[in-house]
Amino acid sequence: MAGGNFEKFKSDGSLLGNVMEWVDARFPLTENWKGHLSEYYAPKNFNFWYFFGSLALLVLVMQVVTGIFLVMHYKPDASLNAAGVPVAFASVEYIMRDVPWGWLIRYMHSTGASAFFVVVYLHMFRAMLYGSYRKPRELLWIFGVLIYLCLMAEAFAGYLLPWGQMSFWGAQVIISLFSAIPVIGGDLTTWIRGDYVIADATLNRMFAFHVIAIPLALIGLVAAHVLALHEVGSNNPDGIEIKKNKDPKTGIPLDGIPFHPYYTVKDIVGVVVFLMVFCAIVFFAPELGGYFLEYNNFIPADPLQTPAHIAPVWYFTPFYSILRANTVNFFWIDAKLWGVIFMGLGVMILFFLPWLDRSPAKSIRYRGPIYKSALAIFVVAFVILGYLGMQAPTPGYTVVSQICTIIYFLFFLLMPWYSRIDKCKPEPERVTS
Amino acid sequence: MSAAMLRTLLVALLLAPLAALASESIKLDRAPDRATNQAALQNGARLFVSNCLNCHGASYVRYNRLTEIGLTEQQIKDNLMFAAEKIGEPMGISMPRKDAKEFFGAWPPDLSLIARARASGDGSGADWLYTYLRGFYRDEARPTGWNNVAFPSVGMPHVLWELQGEQVMGADHKLSLARPGKLTPKQYDDAVGDLVAFMVWMAEPQAEFRKQLGVAVLLFLAVFFVVAYAMKRAFWKDIH
Repeated sequence: MAGGNFEKFKSDGSLLGNVMEWVDARFPLTENWKGHLSEYYAPKNFNFWYFFGSLALLVLVMQVVTGIFLVMHYKPDASLNAAGVPVAFASVEYIMRDVPWGWLIRYMHSTGASAFFVVVYLHMFRAMLYGSYRKPRELLWIFGVLIYLCLMAEAFAGYLLPWGQMSFWGAQVIISLFSAIPVIGGDLTTWIRGDYVIADATLNRMFAFHVIAIPLALIGLVAAHVLALHEVGSNNPDGIEIKKNKDPKTGIPLDGIPFHPYYTVKDIVGVVVFLMVFCAIVFFAPELGGYFLEYNNFIPADPLQTPAHIAPVWYFTPFYSILRANTVNFFWIDAKLWGVIFMGLGVMILFFLPWLDRSPAKSIRYRGPIYKSALAIFVVAFVILGYLGMQAPTPGYTVVSQICTIIYFLFFLLMPWYSRIDKCKPEPERVTS
Repeated sequence: MSAAMLRTLLVALLLAPLAALASESIKLDRAPDRATNQAALQNGARLFVSNCLNCHGASYVRYNRLTEIGLTEQQIKDNLMFAAEKIGEPMGISMPRKDAKEFFGAWPPDLSLIARARASGDGSGADWLYTYLRGFYRDEARPTGWNNVAFPSVGMPHVLWELQGEQVMGADHKLSLARPGKLTPKQYDDAVGDLVAFMVWMAEPQAEFRKQLGVAVLLFLAVFFVVAYAMKRAFWKDIH
């Protein structure tokens, strides 16, 4: 056909073939299917740590779908109903009790929030194990850190919506942090809240952020993350480039296998195992001992009654600990502002990881004892910070959190030095199994 | 609110956990598990409606939901529904909020979710309620004449005193029964166990169904795992 684009897909004369030819002349369907799935060559030696990318995508989809159904019944309204309960809080209980299967949708969403952070933390740790952020994957890593930032904003905004005591007072603490900024701090916090206190205006804007603004950004970033990945190709546990060894005839990496069907069928196994853990929590322990749903959040928000112990949800606690670890005023800046600065830097420093790491080897398998020890100490410090962020501070805990904060930052700041002097083993030519 | 006030508030919030630490945790008694005992749940419902529902609402629970603990709609209407017209109405109270505040100094909280809200590191919400409802003792220093081991300086008087009798706090910080009530201590503990079981049910009526469904879902996933793993093995048999 003149001017047509029909040479891209030749129909074999079957109905499906004809439809595909028609579509491909108008939309790059086969091209994308091949480029991203059936002819995207991934290293054949992926291990356990490589399940978490596809699982993060699964959780994202699950959060969007369950979220849509929750929005159908949830009401972002802080005013009190006839029984004296905030409408927003009552609407969540309405979903739990009166909406058919509402409890399941809600538990999937609340458990999904924590599950998202679990898989994303493991996914990020994988990148640190195998140097997945190193050249040429710097931008891929940066998109990933941006996704992590969006996820934190999304979780923060979402946590306000049930309008329980922890929703309210957690938001109060976090939004008040901005008041530490000199000169504009006070006005800035009022601007963020839309009121002088956390109120209906705050609830409504957090609802807007949670259901529209941040998910849009998140989905765009995830698309960019996957596009960047498929441009440079996946790293692997050996940290070597499979594109260096291609079949001279086909141009296909010798250690590469098509993502579909090999990794789609493998990821299904990962999905099933993940769902077993996920469903065990949803059906048998949806509060997970107060870690996934905090007990105090079953009490409606009361602006006149401050809970004795305000702790953020577990996924924020490492950074909350860094915030609280700053107890000394110096350089005319008070401790609280230092806390905010260090908490911010603690996240921002992740962006620089690709350039801080100067090791000749990418993968932990071929790195020397210094990096291995540094990473192990870093993980321990991060977990301790997370634990301490959930506890009421004591003088002893504060000292521990200060030590762990210093370890956290030294891991990054000293990396250009210790990663270079480390004694690495030679990397193999081809991937090992 | 001025910036200075906000700063004070923030400092107070960051230090608030210290205050929590100061209030030492209490040892809670273990509540009996009667989640699937319908007779206990029904007795708990009776105790709840006749003793608690006068001041506290359970505004997320509809009366007809009580059919799930084995009652018929007629039984509910005849024996439990005093403050509502229709069986689909929530278990609210007729006392206006403003009056309640005037009578008690504070609005008696809605109890629908209390069994979930009272859970803590010390124990489950049921344990807390079980300890609390058995922990009232005479204290002339309090305006109501009552205090509580689980909730020091509690605003609520001992509503169940006729059943339990009057406890006093000894010098050894142990409670003893100064004046017996209609029930023996063993009977009273049993009644409170039923009441607590009902409040746990009320906080999440579908909890038992959730667990049953969970077993089915996990069994399905176990079968699915075998299929998925076999499929993976089949596809990957040529990859070395």
